[in-house]
Amino acid sequence: MGKTLNQKAWFFVLPVFILVAFNAAIPLMTVVNYSFQETFGDNVFFWEGTKWFKQILRSERFHAALGRQFLFTSIILIIQIPLGIAIALSMPKKGPGVSICLVLMSMPLLIPWNVVGAMWNIFALPEIGFLGKAINTLGIKYNFTQQPFAAWFTTILMDVWHWTSLVVLLSYAGLCAIPDAYYQAAKIDGASRWAVLRHIELPKMKKVLTIAILLRFMDSFMIYTEPFVLTGGGPGNATAFLSIDLVKIALGQFDLGPAAAMSLIYFFIVLLICWVFYNLMMKNEGQK
Amino acid sequence: MSKISLKNLSHSYLAKQNKDLDWALRDINLEWSDGGAYALLGPSGCGKTTLLNIISGLLKPTKGEVYFDDKKITHLSPVERNIAQVFQFPVIYDTMTVFDNLAFPLRNRGFSRDRIGARVKEIAEMLDLSETLYNRASGLTADGKQKISLGRGLVRSDVNVIMFDEPLTVIDPHLKWILRSKLKELHQEINRTMIYVTHDQTEALTFADQVVVMHEGKIVQKGTPVELFEKPKHTFVGHFIGSPGMNILSCDLKNDEVIFSKTKIETEKKIKVKKNYLKTQIGVRPEFVNFSDSGIPAKVLKVSNAGRHQIVDVECSGGKLKMISSAATNIPSENVYLKFNSKYTHVYGDDWIIEE
Amino acid sequence: MKKYKWLVPTIYIIFLMLPIYWLLNMSFKTTTEIINTFSLWPQEFTLDNYKAIFTDSTWYNGYLNSIYYVVINTVISVSAALPAAYAFSRYNFLGDKHLFFWLLTNRMAPPAIFALPFFQFYSSINLFDTHLAVALSHCLFNIPLAVWILEGFMSAVPKELDETAYVDGYSFWRFFFKIFIPTITAGIGIAMFFCFMFSWVELLLAKTLTAVAAKPIAAIMTRTASTSGYELGLLAAAGCLTIIPGVIVIYFVRNYIAKGFALGRV
Repeated sequence: MGKTLNQKAWFFVLPVFILVAFNAAIPLMTVVNYSFQETFGDNVFFWEGTKWFKQILRSERFHAALGRQFLFTSIILIIQIPLGIAIALSMPKKGPGVSICLVLMSMPLLIPWNVVGAMWNIFALPEIGFLGKAINTLGIKYNFTQQPFAAWFTTILMDVWHWTSLVVLLSYAGLCAIPDAYYQAAKIDGASRWAVLRHIELPKMKKVLTIAILLRFMDSFMIYTEPFVLTGGGPGNATAFLSIDLVKIALGQFDLGPAAAMSLIYFFIVLLICWVFYNLMMKNEGQK
Repeated sequence: MSKISLKNLSHSYLAKQNKDLDWALRDINLEWSDGGAYALLGPSGCGKTTLLNIISGLLKPTKGEVYFDDKKITHLSPVERNIAQVFQFPVIYDTMTVFDNLAFPLRNRGFSRDRIGARVKEIAEMLDLSETLYNRASGLTADGKQKISLGRGLVRSDVNVIMFDEPLTVIDPHLKWILRSKLKELHQEINRTMIYVTHDQTEALTFADQVVVMHEGKIVQKGTPVELFEKPKHTFVGHFIGSPGMNILSCDLKNDEVIFSKTKIETEKKIKVKKNYLKTQIGVRPEFVNFSDSGIPAKVLKVSNAGRHQIVDVECSGGKLKMISSAATNIPSENVYLKFNSKYTHVYGDDWIIEE
Repeated sequence: MKKYKWLVPTIYIIFLMLPIYWLLNMSFKTTTEIINTFSLWPQEFTLDNYKAIFTDSTWYNGYLNSIYYVVINTVISVSAALPAAYAFSRYNFLGDKHLFFWLLTNRMAPPAIFALPFFQFYSSINLFDTHLAVALSHCLFNIPLAVWILEGFMSAVPKELDETAYVDGYSFWRFFFKIFIPTITAGIGIAMFFCFMFSWVELLLAKTLTAVAAKPIAAIMTRTASTSGYELGLLAAAGCLTIIPGVIVIYFVRNYIAKGFALGRV
């Protein structure tokens, strides 16, 4: 679809630009400033150049946290995206089932994240929680506070429970927006269900799926509250994902310099991956 | 190839119907012989798309039956009926090339690669799509995409009927007539039954051999473009067709005589009044109103020059009329006398023509 | 195979409801019971947790405050996003691709970075402890989300629709409201729900920018982490109650989401 060149379109974008830029600009200056300085408390700052950046990038602790983070995010995406799409495809588009599905599926999303962490904490405890008790009754020794594997399993399960509905809702809305005429034409053309999925539904859902993937990537890569409340990063460091580690450095050791440098590196990693992914998905848009 | 018959077809989108208007289609009976070009003409909401979707199988009618060649197909799916439909907005498979789009219906039916290749190229040739055959379908302009939609219907050589639901809606105005001519040309070439739904009388009248005019869910008249023009059976057809439409004004019927504007009007055949009408009207097209030395006294209000002809607004005691005169005619500036061509003057009782 | 399609959402919903049932379960128990015993339903059923919430004015004010600023934010975000998304979808203009991506980057920066500077800024313009401050600060991440979602849905609407409307004589705004918006109701519904949701659960900025007058529910719930550990029963009850407003929102927009649009007449 051709877009027309029209500089007056800036007026349409102006409210958005003002509201967002105004929020974004000031704080960024502060952080960038910190990252290049040393602090000895009392708001005394020394310019340190790139010392913190080098230190972080070489630190083994950083590498470990980064590795854990990538693993976690990859697992999350591999599970949640196909699962979300599959559920959306099986949801009814008409009738009472629509309301039931939408209402019930949106519930996990609405619970404040600290409550999510807390409820899963109890839910998964081996003695007093439904999940914990159930798994142990099956004969599997399960204790997420002591076993790293169990901790990972529980954290992932919690995230899938919490966030898959986001993918489901986005995909569902995208599906509903496909005009009936396409399905009718496909019927007349004798297309199989698989062909309809491949040639009509998935292509038309591309933009919505891009948003879902980018959102899930960003939010899982920067995840903090839920795993922190659930496992505290433990046992040991097993579930100390990147932001948990970052906060430990910033607040625990009150090392603002390295913390800010790490924040910036963190931010740039997210930015880079999103940018690459966005360009990959949008490669064919606007091609004539 | 099929003869299409519709018997006592009625359809409502509501679960319960309380009044006439709850029905989208009311008691449709229609027969179309094989291979013709037909149009369903009517304003928005008159039920033509509903009717089209019932014929194509995308909609199941509340009441009545559909027959293809005397075989009852009311409950068959579109695939089983072997029809093709072109929608208002181009419906194409964006991720495929033009070639793959056209080949898709054939691939789904399991034809051999060679056969598909030959057929696709043949259809592309017919539709002037050969140049762009290996381009991505999403890159074509709107009229190109509609041609792809049409092509997907044509590739199947066993297709019974091809249906068009206002297919020129999104085409650029200056490209519309090209596509229209192409459709007419195609029809003559392949001789398949084509049904064309539109609210544009030009499209309908230039494309179809026979036009069915619909109004509020009912068929108002079925006939050739000439018949519809010269002898509208319903005042609606008179209004709707023609630009400007027919002049329809109140008249009186007394003793088999038509009185309009205090003047007796001559009609070709004598009117036989069979019952009492609530409303009697006289209808005559602007093309058939002429200036004369005697007749209905009238006053010229306005003259508009439309290039090839002039549209004159006149007023008489019976009401306002529009006339069409050739560009060369000198229009008198004040009081004139009007005469109606008796062959094309009709009388309507309660909106339906009173036949002689 | 088609007959068993309903099994998929059913199993998923059961999976979702188990922890929620557990939360509900906990809300009717005392904290002691929660920590010490495993029981599928409350052994000592108690309404104390809910009573505490409904009688303590800080609790229900917390709810009202949250609802208030979240609604303000949703309205601002979606309203500003609509024309912007339309521009991104239909027009090319200077810097458009970069601007679009830049919007997303605002959602990437963790709120922790913004907490202190926002606090200083909003205090300096006398908006500290107001609903407006929280609503405006949430625009940082909600507006990009709304723009991206709406742009995605708008791009699915063929441009021919716009052109046909102009040929038919519609003015731009009449076209936008009477014709265009009805075709993207699914996108608007989803954008509204997500703006509501992300603003509703946002803890840090909401806590930082408020003190008493506009204190949101999320902040009050952290109060339950008192010196004696979490008051789990209370937390569970509060958690259950936080689900309700969002559920009302999605119920309200459900028809917009599921409606879709027919390629009908202009």
